[in-house]
Amino acid sequence: MTAHTFKVWRGERGTGAFQDYSTDITEGMVVLDAMHQIQAENANDLAIRWNCKAGKCGSCSAEVNGHPKLMCMTRMDELPAHEPVTVEPMRAFPHVRDLVTDVSWNYEQKKRIKKFKPRAPDAPDGTWRMMQADVDRVQEFRKCIECFLCQDVCHVLRDHHKHDEFVGPRHLVYTAALEMHPLDIEDRLGDLKDEHAIGYCNITKCCTTVCPEHIAITDNAIIPLKERVVDSFYDPVVKLVRLLRAKRT
Amino acid sequence: MAEYERVEHDVLVIGAGGAGLRAAIAAAAGGARVGLVCKSLLGKAHTVMAEGGVAAAMGHVDDRDNWRVHFADTMRGGQYLNNWRMAQLHAQEAPDRVRELEAWGAVFDRTTDGRILQRNFGGHRYPRLAHVGDRTGLEMIRTLQDHAIHLGIDVHMEVTVVQLLKDRDRVAGAMAYDRERGRFKLFSCGAVVLATGGIGRAFDITSNSWEYTGDGHSLAYDAGAELVDMEFVQFHPTGMVWPPSVKGILVTEGVRGEGGVLRNKDGKRFMFDDIPDNYKGQTADNEEEGWRYTQGDKSARRPPELLTRDHVARCIQREVREGRGSPHGGVYLDIAWIKERLPKGAEHIRKKLPSMYHQFKQLANIDITAVPMEVGPTTHYIMGGIRVDGDTQMSNVPGLFAAGECAAGLHGANRLGGNSLSDLLVFGKRAGEHAVAFAKSQAAARLAPVDADASVAAALEPFERGGSPEAPYAIQHELQGLMQKLVGIVREEGEMRQALSGVAKLRERAMHVGVHGNREYNPGWHTALDLHHLMTVSEAITLAALERKESRGGHFRDDYPDKDPAYARFNIVLRKGLDGAMELERRTIPPMPDDLKAIIEEQKS
Ligand SMILES: Cc1cc2nc3c(=O)[nH]c(=O)nc-3n(C[C@H](O)[C@H](O)[C@H](O)COP(=O)(O)OP(=O)(O)OC[C@H]3O[C@@H](n4cnc5c(N)ncnc54)[C@H](O)[C@@H]3O)c2cc1C
Ligand code: SF4
Ligand code: SF4
Ligand code: FES
Repeated sequence: MTAHTFKVWRGERGTGAFQDYSTDITEGMVVLDAMHQIQAENANDLAIRWNCKAGKCGSCSAEVNGHPKLMCMTRMDELPAHEPVTVEPMRAFPHVRDLVTDVSWNYEQKKRIKKFKPRAPDAPDGTWRMMQADVDRVQEFRKCIECFLCQDVCHVLRDHHKHDEFVGPRHLVYTAALEMHPLDIEDRLGDLKDEHAIGYCNITKCCTTVCPEHIAITDNAIIPLKERVVDSFYDPVVKLVRLLRAKRT
Repeated sequence: MAEYERVEHDVLVIGAGGAGLRAAIAAAAGGARVGLVCKSLLGKAHTVMAEGGVAAAMGHVDDRDNWRVHFADTMRGGQYLNNWRMAQLHAQEAPDRVRELEAWGAVFDRTTDGRILQRNFGGHRYPRLAHVGDRTGLEMIRTLQDHAIHLGIDVHMEVTVVQLLKDRDRVAGAMAYDRERGRFKLFSCGAVVLATGGIGRAFDITSNSWEYTGDGHSLAYDAGAELVDMEFVQFHPTGMVWPPSVKGILVTEGVRGEGGVLRNKDGKRFMFDDIPDNYKGQTADNEEEGWRYTQGDKSARRPPELLTRDHVARCIQREVREGRGSPHGGVYLDIAWIKERLPKGAEHIRKKLPSMYHQFKQLANIDITAVPMEVGPTTHYIMGGIRVDGDTQMSNVPGLFAAGECAAGLHGANRLGGNSLSDLLVFGKRAGEHAVAFAKSQAAARLAPVDADASVAAALEPFERGGSPEAPYAIQHELQGLMQKLVGIVREEGEMRQALSGVAKLRERAMHVGVHGNREYNPGWHTALDLHHLMTVSEAITLAALERKESRGGHFRDDYPDKDPAYARFNIVLRKGLDGAMELERRTIPPMPDDLKAIIEEQKS
């Protein structure tokens, strides 16, 4: 057992400062355990959001030593042993208190995306047939636990504050899951281009790096969506390329 | 006069897990103005953690399956204490409820002919669990959530209900506070659906999250509703035991399904030592046969590791108590050994159990393809809860409905894996529909301002007391330790009497708990308010367990280790007496209609 120092962000609605706490670390502890221990021992009113403690619900997102992480899946022994650990709230969303931010913006974005619309059933009993190979890709996107860490790290939101225009990587993954769903017949490409501003994404891949579910956000969701948008709106360059290709073959 | 915001709905659904979401969807479809309240953010409820699957007799993998078999399996699992009407409706309606999810965008794993795939699970005769790898709950809650947000339902996130309010004898509202600001909201409505989940946090070691403090059970009880079957708590045999911070986190039954075996510290497969007589016929008596079963050999019988959850949990407890446990007080669960049998064993394990592999690697630094895991029993589920009518899900209090884990009846003395997720869908829908019908038949609710004021005042008491020597966390910890030790997997008269007086003392102390700080997002305050609920469910579990002087399903008594047929005839019902004390009654189970009896007979063979 060793005592470790934590610098924890305390404060309300934008004002606040790091405060030092020391607590004992035992084998196998994760950052969330340390926060709970501090809460029980020294700071009963320390605000933390969490539920499952097993990386399944996406509640405990925060920035640990400056990196967007799930606190419940970040082991103390992965962090440098002799330096204080900083724990602060996600910075891309309005601050509420201590480690808690207001993520309601994300819920509003999702509502703006047209919902699932299936084709007519395949069988007389009202059911459909889909092959596993055809759903593998969509199942990858549906692993998303809505931790919003990708939203937190995306510079379009974090640095350029385009919250009014850009839906962010999480919702591009969501749109991809709908667009690539074998049964879906809705068209969301116009919205993607105009309402959801997919064009703001310049494929830096920061979102993919932080995703705790290891979803290949950029390669598998965003890039194919961008291609569909471009194809469907006759980008002159793409059109030319396609014409040339067509001539060659 | 207390300060609160007034909110009005036709139907107020409390809880946004599978049951609450399904109820809200049904109520909205019925034309009601619906409010949906939850303690956490939308999509984070307990349902998100479910792994194995949702049970529905669709017969996609084995066409011998149908609702009659599912009904009989559920009744056998529940040792016939179930509400048979609920077991019938559940078995009949689950397939449609699962198909409906597909129509709303869920993507289940597929059979080779493109239908929803189903897997084997303990107690289910045929492969019956529709699933998505080991993250079925996530698929389910997300599908319901994404469907619900387009139906005009008002969602109140991070809002906690502290009391149900009545208009004369019917429930017609609720007082709640919002987590972010600590401000109060007074909901008035035509009907309330409780879908608040379970009680796992009354015990020290649990697979449940902080939300599971028995709120719905306790809110309903205080409003005059009856609780039933509270002695039946399911202890899952395999939770993590090391390191301390992950103690209790679930290790899915799927590990044993894939060939994982239990051993004690001497390397012995102790489950072969104690196979109950009524299961001898269908259980393998040698390791070879057990292995063949896990590899899909239909002529082989199942290994003893796959006996019912309550039995496996007790065998593990016995090994530990008699000194044959692992270093950290569990036993070994070994899946790595299958490498001796399968050429690409390690790869196979990673493919079949991705989240288990990940969970142990990340949280315990253990590679389950190389070394055994240490596991022990963990509090998982409560079969007992609010007593409801099988068809409508209404409790004995008019206007108060309940569905999902906080309601009781479907599972009797023991729940089969996979029967919870289907429970949420079938009875969530029914509760929502009947709540709308009830709400429409009522005049506008009139809530007495004095009740509302009293409710707010009670909730603010911990602040009034300010810094007090009684800290909320300490009391919660003591209660959990007490229940774990005295009313856990193996129970006995003297210990439970001790528990009762212990709970009474803690309740007394809880009345003096004080908290610091302000009302905004203050977890100390929230914990203080949860204590009342935890005390109520702890007392209910203990009282009912004392009364049932036999062992059956999830309830095991060292002093009465056998099943007693006399106890098969009634359920134990609890309610709040006029003097405020908990009253207990043995309620005779109504006779089963002949057609259902015939199904049970026909399925016995
Ligand atoms: C690890 C794990 C794995 C499981 N795997 C399976 C499985 O494979 N198959 C299966 O069938 N079952 C499984 N179960 C059981 C199943 O997941 C649960 O029983 C089920 O999800 C409960 O759903 P629910 O809708 O009743 O409640 P929950 O999903 O828990 O939702 C409860 C809701 O009520 C809200 N709430 C509670 N109190 C209040 C209050 N006072 N005010 C306002 N809101 C409140 C909460 O915020 C939450 O939104 C598993 C359970 C666990 C823990
Ligand atoms: S790849 Fe696009 S969405 Fe992802 S972080 Fe970069 S800019 Fe944002
Ligand atoms: S895509 Fe990944 S990082 Fe983004 S919200 Fe989902 S799980 Fe989190
Ligand atoms: S608490 Fe659920 S992901 Fe961390």
